[in-house]
Amino acid sequence: MTTDFRSNVAQALKQDAVQTHFRTVVDRLRAHRQAALAGDAAFEQLRNRCAAIRADAIRRLPQLLEQFESKAQRNGIQVHWAETTLQANRIVLDIMQRHRATFLVKGKSMVSEEMGVNAFLQSHGIDCLETDLGEFIVQLAGEKPAHIIVPAIHKNRREIAHLMHGHFSELPYSEDIETLAQSARHFMRDKFHAASVGLTGVNFMVAETGTLCLVENEGNGRMCSTVPPVHIAVTGIEKVIARLDDLPPLLNLLTRSATGQPITAYVNMINSPRRPDDKDGPDEVHLILLDNGRSRIAGDPELLKTLHCIRCGACINHCPVYRQIGGHAYGTVIPGPIGAILEPQKQGLDAATGELPQASTLCGACAEVCPVRIPIPAIINRLRWESVRKNQQSQNSRPVVPGAGSRRRPLEAAIWKIWAWCCSHPGIYNRLTKLATRLRNRLPAGMGAWTVARKAPKPARSTLHESLRTMDIDHE
Amino acid sequence: MNDARKAILDRLRLSQYPDSTPVKCDDQNDPVDPVLWPDERIDCFINRMRAVRTEVHDASHDSWLDILHGVCQARSLNNLLVSPHTRRGAMIYAAARRFPALKNYSQSIEDWKSELFTAVDAAVTSAYGGIAETGTVILWPDAREPRTLSLVPPIHIVLLEKNRIYNNLAEAMRIQNWAMIGMPSNVILLSGPSKSADIEQTMTYGVHGPKELIVILM
Amino acid sequence: MNNRVVSEKPQAVYFYGTCLVDLFYPQAGISAIELLRREGVSVIYPQSQTCCGQPAWNSGYRDEALAVARAQLALFPRPIPVIIPSASCAGMMKVHYPALFRGQSDEATALNVAGRVYELTAFLVDVLDMRLTDLGDPVSVVVHTSCSARRELGVGDKLHTLLRQLRNVEILEPENSAECCGFGGTFAIKQPEISAAMTREKAATVRATGAQRLVSQDCGCLMNIGGAMEKQNQAMPGQHIAELLWERTKK
Repeated sequence: MTTDFRSNVAQALKQDAVQTHFRTVVDRLRAHRQAALAGDAAFEQLRNRCAAIRADAIRRLPQLLEQFESKAQRNGIQVHWAETTLQANRIVLDIMQRHRATFLVKGKSMVSEEMGVNAFLQSHGIDCLETDLGEFIVQLAGEKPAHIIVPAIHKNRREIAHLMHGHFSELPYSEDIETLAQSARHFMRDKFHAASVGLTGVNFMVAETGTLCLVENEGNGRMCSTVPPVHIAVTGIEKVIARLDDLPPLLNLLTRSATGQPITAYVNMINSPRRPDDKDGPDEVHLILLDNGRSRIAGDPELLKTLHCIRCGACINHCPVYRQIGGHAYGTVIPGPIGAILEPQKQGLDAATGELPQASTLCGACAEVCPVRIPIPAIINRLRWESVRKNQQSQNSRPVVPGAGSRRRPLEAAIWKIWAWCCSHPGIYNRLTKLATRLRNRLPAGMGAWTVARKAPKPARSTLHESLRTMDIDHE
Repeated sequence: MNDARKAILDRLRLSQYPDSTPVKCDDQNDPVDPVLWPDERIDCFINRMRAVRTEVHDASHDSWLDILHGVCQARSLNNLLVSPHTRRGAMIYAAARRFPALKNYSQSIEDWKSELFTAVDAAVTSAYGGIAETGTVILWPDAREPRTLSLVPPIHIVLLEKNRIYNNLAEAMRIQNWAMIGMPSNVILLSGPSKSADIEQTMTYGVHGPKELIVILM
Repeated sequence: MNNRVVSEKPQAVYFYGTCLVDLFYPQAGISAIELLRREGVSVIYPQSQTCCGQPAWNSGYRDEALAVARAQLALFPRPIPVIIPSASCAGMMKVHYPALFRGQSDEATALNVAGRVYELTAFLVDVLDMRLTDLGDPVSVVVHTSCSARRELGVGDKLHTLLRQLRNVEILEPENSAECCGFGGTFAIKQPEISAAMTREKAATVRATGAQRLVSQDCGCLMNIGGAMEKQNQAMPGQHIAELLWERTKK
């Protein structure tokens, strides 16, 4: 069956150059992480601690959100709640209109991607400028980010040089990375200067102090949150942590897991808008807390671990599937293993993204590197079950995962039933395997999907069961 | 949007598991990070900062002004943005004729944004502390040394006292008691100049923030 | 992971061959049994064994997986280890049976069996502390450590511990050795394009070592990588570790 996902994949695998480039960059990210963790004997303990911090935060989510809200409000931050991305976009629009803002400078934010805020504001005549270098490149190309940490991971310098030259013809063509970055700096400085509203994401919200913590390397997040008179921060409700003390271990794991850096160039801790004595900083700081399915995910004791994620991207970098197909094939805001468990839970197993739990060999590389120990393979397994499970009897209880059961196909279900019957009846099983050995030279050479890339395996002359009957061992 | 607030919180409260055991996330039983001797701590800080392309000068209370002078001269700076109201700022102003034109951030950003963005060569700030483990400077912006001092000018010079270098962030937070004393509008942890590896995972510096970070220890 | 449930060498063990070995690689099963018996352990092979249920479990068909798994539980009544020449199937029983049987009437039995399951190489090294003397001609082998052995059970190094005892065997590792070979059970059928891309890359790195043979602790990986190399007319003989060990050390 050809699905949206499979045609995306076929498309991605056709682009040899892109694929080779992708593998190189992914391998480099892996090596960076490896180098950053080498010799850290306390790493596993640090992971345990961070996993516990996130588990505790999600367990006490409503209390911590209320505590955070009251602290942040006391500090002067305006807190908004949005159940849907539409509500969140309207809040942004409302703020923009109140300030008669005609354009928005944006720091990197996956939640803003989830909201589709650029397209929404565009439809109301407001331009958004992505200011993170990678996001800027992606925006120039009219594409979506292919990675949550490295948005333009799929572009090589030549493509980027052509893009920049195409959009800014006054710039001489250059493939020099330094020159390209400086051109972007030059273009963006005027925008930061002129913008009346800046928008960013948030990495952590600290309930104890009402602090917003943003992590970045370029300084564009600081620009967006410092220079314009209004700063809007958007984030998912799950990003809260209880205490300031929880921040150091999480920061430590986040940056090392993501890019192997011991820390980013900037850790930006925003506590309030400009105070009476301050000479700079925004007069208004707005925080939009987006739900968009998260509170439903929090309703299941196994699935809620999805919300522990701190968006480091390590699972993406280490996923063999992502390494082959890249980010765009997933067709989601967040790609890779974490995307494959998060997006179907948000959008439903009956949506196109409902196929993503199939995009895994369950090799376990994601769980091995996840800094907060999210059992991604177990959740993939769970979602595969949810996809094909029989509809539950009671109609009044809504399924935990929207679209549960929607991928059950009668033929496939029947095949599994027959398989189960054969394998739970040893007599039948033995007769069938014996038959296969007798027909070993007459089996078809083509076995559908399997033989696209491989020769069909040939059954042995006799099965292990048969061979052992003649051996002197106890068969019990 | 109060409806949204209520709906979200109600849904979350419904999904609370009273039986789930509280998770321990205190650090009491964790291994204590190796505590370095002051000298090792300073060496570690210097090495880590240099590793992220920061120029570090190991100066003293007597020599830091000379070092600063040298830094300005080496770059042929036309001006230097520095507050006259900090102790060290006052000392720089007292020796004003050794330095390029000194500018003071005396008004709100709105009143001189263009100049700040285009006509300032370098800025000097003091540091609230340093972190050895990661090679980090803690900035605690206030009315004298606003947030954009360390962000907008292309060169940022930081003055840091060695006895304020801590082993790690957790220790700095604990000893300086951040959660209780009331933080400024914005706290910044600075580890090197602005940078990006967004193009082919190749590092390039000075993307939006300062292109150069210079730390003078004393 | 500490797989040890018995510290003393047991007198007898159950052998669970797995369906893949049963039908395609019986020599791996026979060799494994020979190795165990040479160590003085008597082997019981329950003839009613079929499949551990993993294919259905990984495809979301939990009822079907449960029916098949339940049929296996009854095969191991005595409190002795269950040896499986596959990390993938051992992982199913050891790691996933507890989840599969959670809340079922036979949960206790499932936990009991899961606690006695050993992947073959882990048992040979950790429990039997097997010593080997190489009698074979010089050969170079490239090792593919299965994901189940490496990550799920944490026993990926046992194969090397055994191989290193064979002085005429040169051990080679492919580049990017920790990467999955792309099999993934029904994944290979459901996402054939991605699976093929992964498998081709793995086959290429395996071939690039120039080894004479491919060795693994999992026949699923051997079937996948070996099948791909055959398809490209660059076949490299693939062998389960048990087969290689027995072939080179039997008198």
